[in-house]
Amino acid sequence: MNAPDSALRQLWQRLGMIPVLVVLCAYYSVVTISSHTPAGAEAARQLVSRLTPAERPVLIVARTSEEDTAFLDALTEELNRRQLTVAGRVAGEPRDLRLVLEQLAATNTPLPAILTTPECAGWTLLQNVATRFPALGTPRILIPESVRWPTFLTRQNLLNVANQITVVAIVAAGMTVVIITAGIDLSVGSLIAFSAVLVTTLIRDRAGGPDASVAALWLCSLAGILASAGVGLFSGAMIAGFKVPPFIATLAMMQVVSGLAFIVARGGSVYEVPEGFTWLGRGTGWFGLPNAVWLMLGLYAATHVLMTRTVLGRRLYAVGGNPEAARLSGIQVGGILLFAYAFCGALAGLGGVLQASQLKSGAPTYGVMYELYAIAAVVVGGTSLAGGEGRIFGTLVGALIIAVIQNGMNLTGVESYRQKIVLGFLILAAVLLDLLKRRKWR
Amino acid sequence: MSAGTAPLLELRGITKAFPGVQALKRGELELRAGEIHALVGENGAGKSTLIKVLSGAQPPDSGTIRLGGQPVRIRTPHEGRQLGIAVIYQEFNLVPTLTVRENVFLGQEPGRQGWLSPAAERRELAALMTRLGLELPSEALCRDLSVAEQQLVEIARALRQQARVLVMDEPTAALSDREVDRLFALVRDLRRQGLGIVYVSHRLDEIFSLCDRATIMRDGEHVATRPLTELDRRTLIELMVGRKMDAEYPKRSVVRGEPRLVVRGLSRGTAVRDVSFDVHRGEVLGLAGLVGAGRTEVARLLFGADRADAGTVTLDQRPLSLRSPRTAIAGGLCLLTEDRKHQGLVLNHSVRENFGLPNLGHFSRWGFLGGAAELSAFQRQVDHLHVRVSGPHQRAGTLSGGNQQKVVLAKWLEANTEVLIFDEPTRGVDVGAKFEIYQLINDLAAAGKAILMISSDLPEVLGMSDRILVMREGRITGELSPASGATQADVLRLATHSDERP
Repeated sequence: MNAPDSALRQLWQRLGMIPVLVVLCAYYSVVTISSHTPAGAEAARQLVSRLTPAERPVLIVARTSEEDTAFLDALTEELNRRQLTVAGRVAGEPRDLRLVLEQLAATNTPLPAILTTPECAGWTLLQNVATRFPALGTPRILIPESVRWPTFLTRQNLLNVANQITVVAIVAAGMTVVIITAGIDLSVGSLIAFSAVLVTTLIRDRAGGPDASVAALWLCSLAGILASAGVGLFSGAMIAGFKVPPFIATLAMMQVVSGLAFIVARGGSVYEVPEGFTWLGRGTGWFGLPNAVWLMLGLYAATHVLMTRTVLGRRLYAVGGNPEAARLSGIQVGGILLFAYAFCGALAGLGGVLQASQLKSGAPTYGVMYELYAIAAVVVGGTSLAGGEGRIFGTLVGALIIAVIQNGMNLTGVESYRQKIVLGFLILAAVLLDLLKRRKWR
Repeated sequence: MSAGTAPLLELRGITKAFPGVQALKRGELELRAGEIHALVGENGAGKSTLIKVLSGAQPPDSGTIRLGGQPVRIRTPHEGRQLGIAVIYQEFNLVPTLTVRENVFLGQEPGRQGWLSPAAERRELAALMTRLGLELPSEALCRDLSVAEQQLVEIARALRQQARVLVMDEPTAALSDREVDRLFALVRDLRRQGLGIVYVSHRLDEIFSLCDRATIMRDGEHVATRPLTELDRRTLIELMVGRKMDAEYPKRSVVRGEPRLVVRGLSRGTAVRDVSFDVHRGEVLGLAGLVGAGRTEVARLLFGADRADAGTVTLDQRPLSLRSPRTAIAGGLCLLTEDRKHQGLVLNHSVRENFGLPNLGHFSRWGFLGGAAELSAFQRQVDHLHVRVSGPHQRAGTLSGGNQQKVVLAKWLEANTEVLIFDEPTRGVDVGAKFEIYQLINDLAAAGKAILMISSDLPEVLGMSDRILVMREGRITGELSPASGATQADVLRLATHSDERP
């Protein structure tokens, strides 16, 4: 191999599947470009940016829907930030607008601009302000302009993608660790359901249901995670202690845990949880990103550090790469495997808590097929099922690739049956790409 | 060494039984600091078990181990390492997906409270390599290294752990001559540094040139420990096999017939370039050269295991298809691969299943296996070849190297092909079994088969072949005739660049 070749190879290997993700995002950005009228907070920002400094004070008008309220709130905030005076705020019907306009006309101050939604701009009253209230001058009526922008790249859509992947991605992080040890964990889907119903049932029965305190919510969630880790530990013990093949051990636990989930929930769903329980799944944290996304990123960072910076991480790789060599190096292979499965179980339990929080309920039917989505994310992310190699962030990229393709297909109107076929071939393609990559440079 | 000083390591009366086998009846070993101590014996003599006891991989059933005069117990490989006993096995115990550096420190990572310290590792590794005079790509993955480099990684790892006792099991089995020289220089240097080195090898030349004393084992028992200056080659062999040996290579009268296998212009990339030769009826044609010279590649092309870019092969004037092993077998060719464990045997399967694999056509009717016919054929070959198996259901992976080779031989003999290609037929095979394999090759030649034998063991090539072709960088660089006095030096000259010292 000559030097430029190996530099290229290194770059290619370091990037892994990121180029694929970038190409996919670019593709769906191009094909989903369309005229797009912003609404809510986005519309507010656009309108304020179009105001000239002379145009003050302004009147803001919208209706009372959720989106319009967000629009008005954002406008108020944005205008205050720029120290532009708000002459008045109308949230309601043309009748409410008339009252405000009459009051303003009475003070005899000119009104240079009215900021409103396209819908309200259609009101006859608004169109005739200049003639009916001459005292106000001739206000400019600003409505959000439509822009050509990819639907894929709208804030709302990207948040959708992020929210969709959080549970699978968190579970896939644990799965990556297990697969790096040359194992597999098929029980994670069942663990999501088990953890979700366990946590919600505990909240309902032990913590006072909708009146549960925040501390109780934390404790119940922790219990769900620990119970799932315990299940993982059990699988690990079967695998490390009795040499049960991981596929079989976790296949068995997948059944057992699913059954447990139905028993705990008595076959139904649990809805009696407080509003505060949705903080994790639906709440928004720093920089407007959902809490769940922060949790996911934090876990990936922590797992990455574990795998690359700690002795334990290197031994996980070693056990997957050659268990006999690891054993002869004085590594307790069994202990390492126990950790891997317990860790994977704990993350699956956390995934269950998150799922329950997102859906504000727990049901034993959650998590079906999630083990396969998680494995797919790991494989697409470039981790070898043979063990010993692979990177944690590769799995995040893999999960994103799958989510982006799914989302893109939804946006472009591909029906769900065809989506399945595409995803199936995607997994094959990822594995082939991986094989090809190795062959080409060796 | 004066009488008052305790030896570095002493094993006395070690026994170890596995289900159905008493692997060690009386294992003894006395190793001094600053000596290279050969451990020799036939396959199944108990050398490997003794090493496993020493390393902690297999705790003994009884017996005592003293290290520096103090009795010690070694129950796990970890304990063995902590006592300063490092073992380099024949199958390397590196993690292929980790880098050289990561492998060297595996299990004993420097750093604090579970955190790795790559900087400390790099520093320590650099110092270690300077001390050993090694140059290794420390950030390369171990699977990308050559066998020789991997071995050096193993040595570096052993010495990083302050080993006092270094055990090397067949370290030169897969090395070229130049790599062997380099290894020996390193081992001698370690002896100077005061290590005790246990050296296990079937290559007697190496033992005589490298080692100080030898411990000989037979059938799980200690036979003798003697300085090598008091031994000659023949005595050593006789101690190993427990009977008188007349010669290392069986004699036979060559009756060379007409050409049977005719190869013309065989090529594949840069590995094999325009190779042409004939193998005659009743002839053993030796194919010599350094590792990587293209010998194995030629064999794989003939057998259809790889696709040739160009070239024709005829057997008795009939053209042979080189498409796949299947057509090669049908055409009358068989290949006994050098890598038995990966290419010659299905280790998980029983010896009988392995035996039947290429012969299913003979033993089956309408796709059903014919159990009885297969079993009787198997029994016939096992008796004929003196294969030591407990029964047809023994797993191939549990056999010793020599017996594995015999099972491979048995399955191909049963296939009764006209051309037999032997790739390193006696690698890892003990002296007694070697002689039997040589005898068998001669019998096959006498029966009119055409035989191509690839070997890195120069005395073997010279002792067994009627003619020798030497390869270098994919080309045939010359032909030699042992009968007219060709020597090892002649082979080496053709195998290496003539302007370099062999």
